[in-house]
Formats: sequence, C-alpha cells, structure tokens
Amino acid sequence: MNALAANHLGRRKRTDLVFRVLAAASAVMVLLALLLILGTILWKSVPALSLSMLTRTPKGGFYLGREGGILNAIVGSVYLALGATALALLLSLPVVLYLNVYKGRTSKTAVWTRFFLDVLWGVPSIVIGAFGFVIMLALGLRASLLAGILTVALLEFPIMSRAIDEVMRLVPRELKDASASLGATRFETAVKVLVRQTAPGILTGVLLAMGRGIGDAASVLFTAGFTDRVPGSLADPAATLPLAIFFQLGTPFPEVQERAYASAAILTLIILVISLAARAMNRKVNRHVVK
Amino acid sequence: MNGDSPISIRNLSVLYGDHLALKDVSLDIPAKRITSIIGPSGCGKTTLLKSLNRLLDTDDGVRVRGQVLLDGEDIYAPRTEVTRIRRKMGLLSQRPQVLPMSIYDNVAYGPRIHGLRSRKELNERVERYLRLAGLWDEVEGRLREPASLLSVGQQQRLCLARGLAVEPEIILGDEPTSALDPQSSQNVERRLLELKRDYTVIVVTHILRQARRIADHIAFLYLGELVEQGPAAEVFAAPKDPRTRAYLTGEIS
Ligand SMILES: Nc1ncnc2c1ncn2[C@@H]1O[C@H](COP(=O)(O)OP(=O)(O)OP(=O)(O)O)[C@@H](O)[C@H]1O
Ligand SMILES: [Mg+2]
Repeated sequence: MNALAANHLGRRKRTDLVFRVLAAASAVMVLLALLLILGTILWKSVPALSLSMLTRTPKGGFYLGREGGILNAIVGSVYLALGATALALLLSLPVVLYLNVYKGRTSKTAVWTRFFLDVLWGVPSIVIGAFGFVIMLALGLRASLLAGILTVALLEFPIMSRAIDEVMRLVPRELKDASASLGATRFETAVKVLVRQTAPGILTGVLLAMGRGIGDAASVLFTAGFTDRVPGSLADPAATLPLAIFFQLGTPFPEVQERAYASAAILTLIILVISLAARAMNRKVNRHVVK
Repeated sequence: MNGDSPISIRNLSVLYGDHLALKDVSLDIPAKRITSIIGPSGCGKTTLLKSLNRLLDTDDGVRVRGQVLLDGEDIYAPRTEVTRIRRKMGLLSQRPQVLPMSIYDNVAYGPRIHGLRSRKELNERVERYLRLAGLWDEVEGRLREPASLLSVGQQQRLCLARGLAVEPEIILGDEPTSALDPQSSQNVERRLLELKRDYTVIVVTHILRQARRIADHIAFLYLGELVEQGPAAEVFAAPKDPRTRAYLTGEIS
C-alpha cells in the first residue's frame, strides 16, 4: 500500500472514530436525562409514597388533603385513557385504511387529509381543551368523564392516525395486489391483510397516542373536571393524575407538594407498565408480518 | 379461433399518464396451453399481464382502451364485477408475496373470502392445492406457522397453491421464477407443465431458454407493440419479423 492510500485510510478511520464517540455520547446523554428525571421524581416522592396512595381516595379535599391517596385520579386517568384511546382507534383505523386502500398515492384527498391531520397534531392541547369545552356546553354536558374522553380522543386521533398511516404506507403495493388478485374486495384486503401486516405499527401508534392522552393536563382541565371520588359513570366528573399533580404542587403546603411527586411517580409507572406490556405483546403481533 | 380461446385481447392500448405502454395489442390465448409473453425489459409484459385481471385498476392515472374478452365477456365493461374476474385467474408475481398469516390461512384466504366456511372442506382444499403445487410434503406438519418463514422457492409454490385454491381457469405468471434458485425454478416450471392439462397458463418471462422449455405459444412484445405471435415451434424456428429474429439471436435485449 502506498503512503497516500495509507494516509487516506487513516483519515477515514479517524472520522469513523469521531462519529462513534459522538454517537455513544449522545446515547449516554439521553439515558442520563431519563435517569435524572426518574430519579428526581422518585426521590422527591419517597416521603409521601405509600400503599394508601394507591388504594384510597383523598381525605380532606383534593387541594388540601394530606391523608388518604389518589385512587380517584388513578382510576380517572385509566378510564379516561382507555376510553379515549378506544374511541380514537375507532376513528383512526377507518381513516387510515381509507387513505391506504381506497385512495391512490397521488390522490388529492389523501394529500389534504394527511396535511389536516398534521395540523391537528400540532394544535396545542389547551386549545383542544377549550374546543372540547365549547362542544361540551353545546351538547349540554357537564364536566364529566364522557366530555373528557371525547376531548382526549380528539387529542389522540391525529397522533394515532398519522403513526399508523406511516407504517401502512410502507406496505408494498404487491401485497395488496396479491390479495386483490384472489378476488378480495378492497375492504377485505384492508381488514384481513393490511391490519395484520401493520399490527406492530398499529400497536405502537395506539400506545404513542395513549401515552400522550394519559399524560395531558390541559385538555381535561375544563372537560373532565376534578373530584375526590372515583367516577361511577360517564356523567360523573373524573379526576386525573396530571391535574392531581398540578393542584397538589400548587398548594403552599410541603406535605401536599410531596404528594404531587408521588402522583408523578405513579403516572410514570403507569406509562412504564404500558410500554412493557406493549413489548410483551409485540412478539405476538409480529409473528405473521411479511418482511 | 375464439371458440377455444378463453381470453381474447382486442385492440388493447394502455396509457400511464401520457406514456403509451401497450399499443393496439390483439391476441388470442389458446386454452390449456402455456403461452409465453417474451420481450425486452420495459416492453409492457407486466402491463399486458395485469390488464388481464384488471390489476391495472389499482394504479392512478392508468387508461385502458380496447377490450379483453374473458369467456366472451368484456372485463372492462362498466357492469363487470372485478372480483369475479380476478377469481378466474391465479397470479404468480415476480417476487412471491405471501400474506401476513399462517401457511394454512394463505391457501384458505381465497376460498374463505368466496364464502367457504366448512372446516372440513377448507382442510381438503388446502391439502389438495398444496399437493398440486408440490409443497404439501414440506409443510404438512407446520401449517400453522407464519408463511413468511418459508424459503423463497417454497413461498412461490405457496402462492401457486393459494392461487389454485380459488379454483381459477387461468394461471398468470409474471416472471415467476426470477427470484428463485435454479432448483426451485425447475420445480415451478415442472408444476406449470403439469398444470396445463387443466388450466390455461400465461407466463411472462425474459429467459428465452425457459420459454423454449415450457411454451406452446409465444407472444413477442417490443416497445409496447405485439410484434409476433404464434406456436412456439414456429416462432423459434422461423421468426417472421426481423425484430423477433434480432431478439431471439440476442441482438436486442
Ligand atoms: N405504474 C406505472 N406508471 C408509469 N409508467 C409505468 C408504470 N408501470 C409501468 N410503466 C412503464 O410502462 C412500460 C412497460 O412497463 P412493464 O412493467 O409492463 O414492462 P415489462 O415488460 O414488464 O418490463 P420488465 O421485463 O422489466 O419487468 C415501461 O416503460 C414502464 O416504465
Ligand atoms: Mg415486468
């Protein structure tokens, strides 16, 4: 090997090394940030964290209560997230299947629909909340679990649709053609082939949206209300964890503020459980996917 | 000739946007024979094949003029039910496309869509067509496994079984062996030769040797034009058109 080539190789190796170090450093930074957040919350919540936080409703009002737990907000958040996510999925799937099975790649309708979904995704949740509030009043509803579910579903819908849409667009045309050439209608191809092929992506989209929904405070502020009871029906107001954190942290009492961190820890834990469940499920839904 | 010709193509032109991919093609496909569509890359072979089961419909901006008569019925007539047309043909694509489900479900997919519910009949059908496609012995014990785990050659035979399971009259193949190793290719070729007893077979290929081995009838396309067609022996022995001769001798490819 002549000197020039050796020199060149040396430079390429050095460049490679620099990028390896940079990549490793950014990975470490992400991990550190995550650990720092989790660590802080856990550490701050230790004084207040107890089993009764999980199993009891607040005593002495949700603002000032220093006793009992936040079962009201846990159950409220879970109900709300499940309801809103189910509703958003019910809205998203038809839209996405329509875009990907009934509309061609260059269809104007499809291009505009995707654009509107992107815009909707960018609308701040407080604005969605305000909109939900207006609709709620127009429908003659009170702040309630139902109004909260409707509003959060609207928040989740664009996230879920676009996330699912991105994976459905990757489905090769030949796969749809294979189904069509067996005499399947577009609807059958959509439901039997596309949904299965993209099952892992659908799962990811659903969880992404659910994570956003369960953690959002602004959209439920006016629509779901807050209460120290566990909601018994769709018409009851429902407490939620993000609002619990908001109210508790806003009090002037250190003991109540500690409870805010406990609520935050619980919320984080719920999201962690959702992610882990998704991982476990992913194996199963991945099984038949054609690579 | 129309009497024993399940498909006749009449003055068919296909436009992608304003690119004329097929120019005024007329062709009668003989029944229970293997017809090979040959021609250089980009000459419109796939387009011609897809026009036969209306898969072109799924493209944007495609215009089709002329007629394709399937058992005397114009498949492009506005009243024609496209799923019924497609059911009459099994398609093998260039790269096998298995459906995201088990081996069993791949074969049962078509029959189920067309309303077959009985477990027993489904089992029978799956077995019969997996045997016909020469795959049964290899997959008998693993019918519940994902089809995507099969080798590419096995996947192509699975696609064949899947196409046969809707009990079509015609088998369409778009270079069905191009993604396969020599052994698997030979296997698929052998299947096609067996199948022509009961089915009309149309295969696109740009491997001339393959066309010589399996074709009874040849259609040569060049730049979207049907330049020559006729019994394979005649076309190979004495091509009438200079372009066909040039293609057969490898001067154009
Ligand atoms: N969806 C499409 N949109 C626009 N042009 C297309 C489309 N599909 C095919 N074409 C064009 O039409 C012509 C014929 O294409 P076709 O796929 O039928 O050729 P082919 O003979 O099958 O080629 P190959 O042997 O490479 O598969 C080509 O010029 C191709 O670029
Ligand atoms: Mg082709």
